[in-house]
Amino acid sequence: MKRFILIGVPYLWLLALFFVPFLIVFKVSLSDYALSIPPYTPQMKDGLAEMFAAFDFENYVFLTTDDLYWKAYLSSLKIAVISTLLTLAVGYPIAYAMGRAPDAWRATLMTLVILPFWTSFLIRVYAWMGILAKEGFLNQFLLWLGVIGEPLTLLNTNTAVYIGIVYTYLPFMILPIYASLDRMDGSLLEAAEDLGCSRLAAFWLITWPLSRPGVIAGCFLVFIPALGEFVIPSILGGSDTLMIGKVLFEEFFSNRDWPVASTVAVILLLILIIPIVLFQRNQQKQVEAGQ
Amino acid sequence: MKRLSAFNVVSLTLGFAFLYIPILILVIYSFNESRLVTVWAGFSTKWYGEMLSNQGFMDAAWVTLQVAVLSSTLATILGTMAAYVLIRAGRFWGRTLFSGMIYAPLVMPEVITGLSLLLLFIGIGLERGVITVVLAHVTFSMCFVSVVVSSRLMSFDRSLEEAAQDLGASPFDTFRLVTLPIIAPAVISGWLLAFTLSLDDLVIASFTSGPSATTLPMKIWSSVRLGVSPEINALSTVLIGLVTIGVICASLASKHESLRRRNGEP
Repeated sequence: MKRFILIGVPYLWLLALFFVPFLIVFKVSLSDYALSIPPYTPQMKDGLAEMFAAFDFENYVFLTTDDLYWKAYLSSLKIAVISTLLTLAVGYPIAYAMGRAPDAWRATLMTLVILPFWTSFLIRVYAWMGILAKEGFLNQFLLWLGVIGEPLTLLNTNTAVYIGIVYTYLPFMILPIYASLDRMDGSLLEAAEDLGCSRLAAFWLITWPLSRPGVIAGCFLVFIPALGEFVIPSILGGSDTLMIGKVLFEEFFSNRDWPVASTVAVILLLILIIPIVLFQRNQQKQVEAGQ
Repeated sequence: MKRLSAFNVVSLTLGFAFLYIPILILVIYSFNESRLVTVWAGFSTKWYGEMLSNQGFMDAAWVTLQVAVLSSTLATILGTMAAYVLIRAGRFWGRTLFSGMIYAPLVMPEVITGLSLLLLFIGIGLERGVITVVLAHVTFSMCFVSVVVSSRLMSFDRSLEEAAQDLGASPFDTFRLVTLPIIAPAVISGWLLAFTLSLDDLVIASFTSGPSATTLPMKIWSSVRLGVSPEINALSTVLIGLVTIGVICASLASKHESLRRRNGEP
């Protein structure tokens, strides 16, 4: 009985507030736009049979005929892939250096990586607005160095979006990689070097494969949320920065077209199912390895 | 003691500079006299005064605090239960779905979670306000709590629990007297994580809240869209300061705890 309550309470909560809402999104995506609140028809109160009869895939067809949507999906994918790779390139050396740091430093270094993660996401993105502006800090600094002759346009471009994603998601990349490097047995590297392996070869043959679960987890933790990112493209990106999270938000709040917004969400979810399942497999494997 | 190579020193220095310089600049310019955030015109604390006298910010801060305390407490209870189920309950019907529902919200884009919860609340006719935001926040933050707590549950010595049960403790007493004290640090950090996630959330709150409940991130958002303003810098500095103090206290406490434990070992 107690076991039943223990399993049942969190299970039912997630079922009601996480799983069922997705079914509703799917239902609304099959509905038609209406000028009332909620702005879609048919509704449950019209009768179940009528409701199912009125469902169609019209919104899905609409999405394939309008350029805006598939361009937004493609450009979100491109931005998410490039920024995940950039975050890996920036994060790996930091995680690696943390793994090689003296034991006494490690706790402090960990805290320093986690600290920005605790600070508001919105504030961290906002901080870059002042830095990347035309008369902002970065341009002033580069002009002073004499690297550039006139200020660069950075804010409201895709470059700013990349910088924003790398900056805000960096701790998600560093922590899992560091965790896997931290578990690594240092004597493996010494053995390899004793046996005449060069440092670079030792890295490639030993460190990299052992850190791979961390790299995979980190890449998913950056890629999946970045694909649906809304805040960063809205304040750092320009009017030509197309990302699907932004399209969904505007479709819902500005155009008030709930059925189309739901359709956009369903397709985004379908795109994400594969990476989410792979991510869970990876996590599950690590849980089992730990047990 | 091993020494760091030059390459590692450079990557740590550049990495931490990248993480901290933007925050530092934000803080410095909150003390700027000028309204222009990019031109330094002398030291002043006037933006802190303006921020404190802004009734909109203060109301929103109060709403945010209520939501955060309520949702993180509920999320900690549910998340700890979920972690216990994941690690200790063994097999049961629908376990795969359950663990899927724990891990998926961690990476689910916020726009999808927000939209789906809003449609649910409208579908069941729940009026949008503080309650709906709390429900939404509990749902995603309990998953973070359960990940933090389950890693702790995984690493501790199960024979302690078995010993308690052999000595006649009921499963509930075993949990209360043995398991809970051991996982307490993880439960506390789970609560803190849920609390900051709730303080921080913009997108899900925008979808699920009504006109009566504007949270601080929503307030900041509507002002940030108009451009950089020193008042927001001041507000951000206060929030960053509070978080920094909290994290430093927490890490000192855990350091103290681990030192105590090490000294206590035979």
